[in-house]
Amino acid sequence: MTPGGKRFTGGQRLLHWSMAACIIAMFFIGVGMVSTVMPTYVPLLATHKTLGVAIFVLALVRLGVRARSGAPPLPADLPAPMRLAAHLSHYGLYGLMFALPLLGWAMLSAGAYPVVLYGGLRLPAILPQNPALHTLLWNAHYYLAFAFFALVLAHVAAALFHALIRRDGVFEAMAPLGSRTGGPSSR
Amino acid sequence: MPLPPSGPRSTLASLAVIAAICIGATGALAYTAGWLSPDRLTPTKLVDALAPPTGPVPGYRRNHAKGICFTGSFAANGNGTALSRARVFETGAHPALGRFNLGTPDPGAPDTTVRVRGLGLQITADDGAVWRAAMINAPVFPVSTPEAFYELLRVPASKAPNAMAAFVAAHPEFSAFGAWAKSPDWTASYAQEPYNSLDAFLFTDAAGAEQAVRWSFRPEAPPERITPEAFGKRGPASLEQEITDRVAAAPQRWTLVLTVADPGDPTADPSRAWPEGRRSVEAGTLVVQRIEPEADGPCRDINFDPTILPDGIRVSDDPFPAARSAAYARSYDLRTAEAKDYPKRTSEAAR
Ligand code: HEM
Ligand code: HEM
Ligand code: HEM
Repeated sequence: MTPGGKRFTGGQRLLHWSMAACIIAMFFIGVGMVSTVMPTYVPLLATHKTLGVAIFVLALVRLGVRARSGAPPLPADLPAPMRLAAHLSHYGLYGLMFALPLLGWAMLSAGAYPVVLYGGLRLPAILPQNPALHTLLWNAHYYLAFAFFALVLAHVAAALFHALIRRDGVFEAMAPLGSRTGGPSSR
Repeated sequence: MPLPPSGPRSTLASLAVIAAICIGATGALAYTAGWLSPDRLTPTKLVDALAPPTGPVPGYRRNHAKGICFTGSFAANGNGTALSRARVFETGAHPALGRFNLGTPDPGAPDTTVRVRGLGLQITADDGAVWRAAMINAPVFPVSTPEAFYELLRVPASKAPNAMAAFVAAHPEFSAFGAWAKSPDWTASYAQEPYNSLDAFLFTDAAGAEQAVRWSFRPEAPPERITPEAFGKRGPASLEQEITDRVAAAPQRWTLVLTVADPGDPTADPSRAWPEGRRSVEAGTLVVQRIEPEADGPCRDINFDPTILPDGIRVSDDPFPAARSAAYARSYDLRTAEAKDYPKRTSEAAR
């Protein structure tokens, strides 16, 4: 475990894993919907918008929880560059959780599209209609979506590196299940 | 306590597991994105196939590229509420904006070369719900499925002899549209054409009951038939001048007729008309009050995506609206990125 066997709180872990599932689903829904002309296009796009906005709301909650509960410290023997990479990548992940939904919403606003979610919930336009803005935001949503996917892959690789190779308790701090003192030794 | 760090052998195995997970996830994403399935019909392919032999005209819609904007209102008479709870059917005038257009990917195509005339329309209800539609004057669509439409678009580029004849033989449904397209019944005005949804949509009433509906905007101006030859003498862009002058003189009107399917009517196939005598409801009048050139007009940067529907209307088992939505979005993304190739200006001159 991390020093003192500290873990993220149950709420933090629940948020982490449910949001991870939602965000990973969003990558697949995104690339799947823009490459199909089948009838599923319509529900996929509606799901993409609804789930994307839900992620934005959950990210707000998560940031609040994070500010209150903090995070367990990283192992003291973790080399400085790895420590830096961990912190920077977490900033990046948090940033993209907010940026992608906002960009999607802004892009649709700049394209004069109504933003209607499941349940008939209609969001207001957050930008005026403008073709140059639409293109800029489209590009940002597109490239940052793939950057987000790459960052999640790196994050998963790092998590597994902690779990399988370093076995330093970092993974257990966020593991969905397992006892407080547990970690791999309790298996 | 944590386990001791793993030994070199299991470190290698662990690295292999990690690499496999990353490669597997990337592969799954690539598969979902269609990068591994070159045969998948994508919106990009559909839109690329619309391009004329000389290539797409940057900045313009990839189809129905020649058009002119209008604003006005939809005066609902309340009858439509029998079929749909959408607020646009409640008695009153709802603001409308739209676009008269020609079914061609070339904004410079002479009017006489294009049989299909279209109407893009947006009606906004007082609760803010938006209804968009793109309709044409043909009574039926040429083909039954988006896949068949893609095949049709690729016929001109085909090297095979008699490619069109082979297409028609393989798609007998084409004949109804073919007959209409060959008929000499042209008009010289956008105001004298009907505009048909062709696609069926599900209307939900206040009690939650659903019916499949197709609709038409029927012109109040009686059609004055003109031969293509006589029409050609009026010049290559007479339609836009005509509608501008006509609306300047008096607002133009269309009646919205909602037609309800009987059980068993083909709701999933816009190439097949429904039999005569179906229940129909006149829901109100579209009043076109003002015409504006497209370059600076309010319709220019609107995507008249037929799946943008208010609560009370939704897509049916007709496969076209979804395919169209995907393709129109692609066209919209392309043309907004090329806006500099179609500068705003206040005159029609540079066309
Ligand atoms: C975590 C949040 C999000 C992620 C990870 C995400 C990811 C993606 C991805 C991967 C694509 C496909 C890009 C391509 O291959 O062309 C996409 C497209 C799209 N996204 Fe998102 N998205 C998110 C949130 C949103 C939200 C909240 C909205 C709108 C409210 C939105 C609207 C769109 C639209 C309209 C497209 C299609 C763009 C087009 O090609 O016309 N996205 N998104
Ligand atoms: C879309 C997917 C994911 C996102 C956006 C994401 C995001 C994050 C963020 C922002 C943190 C930092 C938490 C904080 O300090 O408040 C974190 C921590 C963590 N994540 Fe993820 N995560 C994702 C998927 C995964 C997956 C699939 C795994 C496991 C294979 C994982 C394992 C971990 C671990 C072990 C930590 C704790 C690191 C530490 O203690 O500093 N994550 N994640
Ligand atoms: C799979 C079949 C179809 C494809 C691929 C297709 C493709 C397109 C594209 C790419 C545009 C330009 C969109 C934009 O940039 O805003 C367009 C516009 C249009 N289409 Fe289609 N279309 C199809 C079926 C139909 C049908 C069935 C109708 C009529 C019932 C129709 C009527 C129109 C009209 C009226 C416009 C012009 C809308 C405007 O003024 O912006 N299309 N079509």
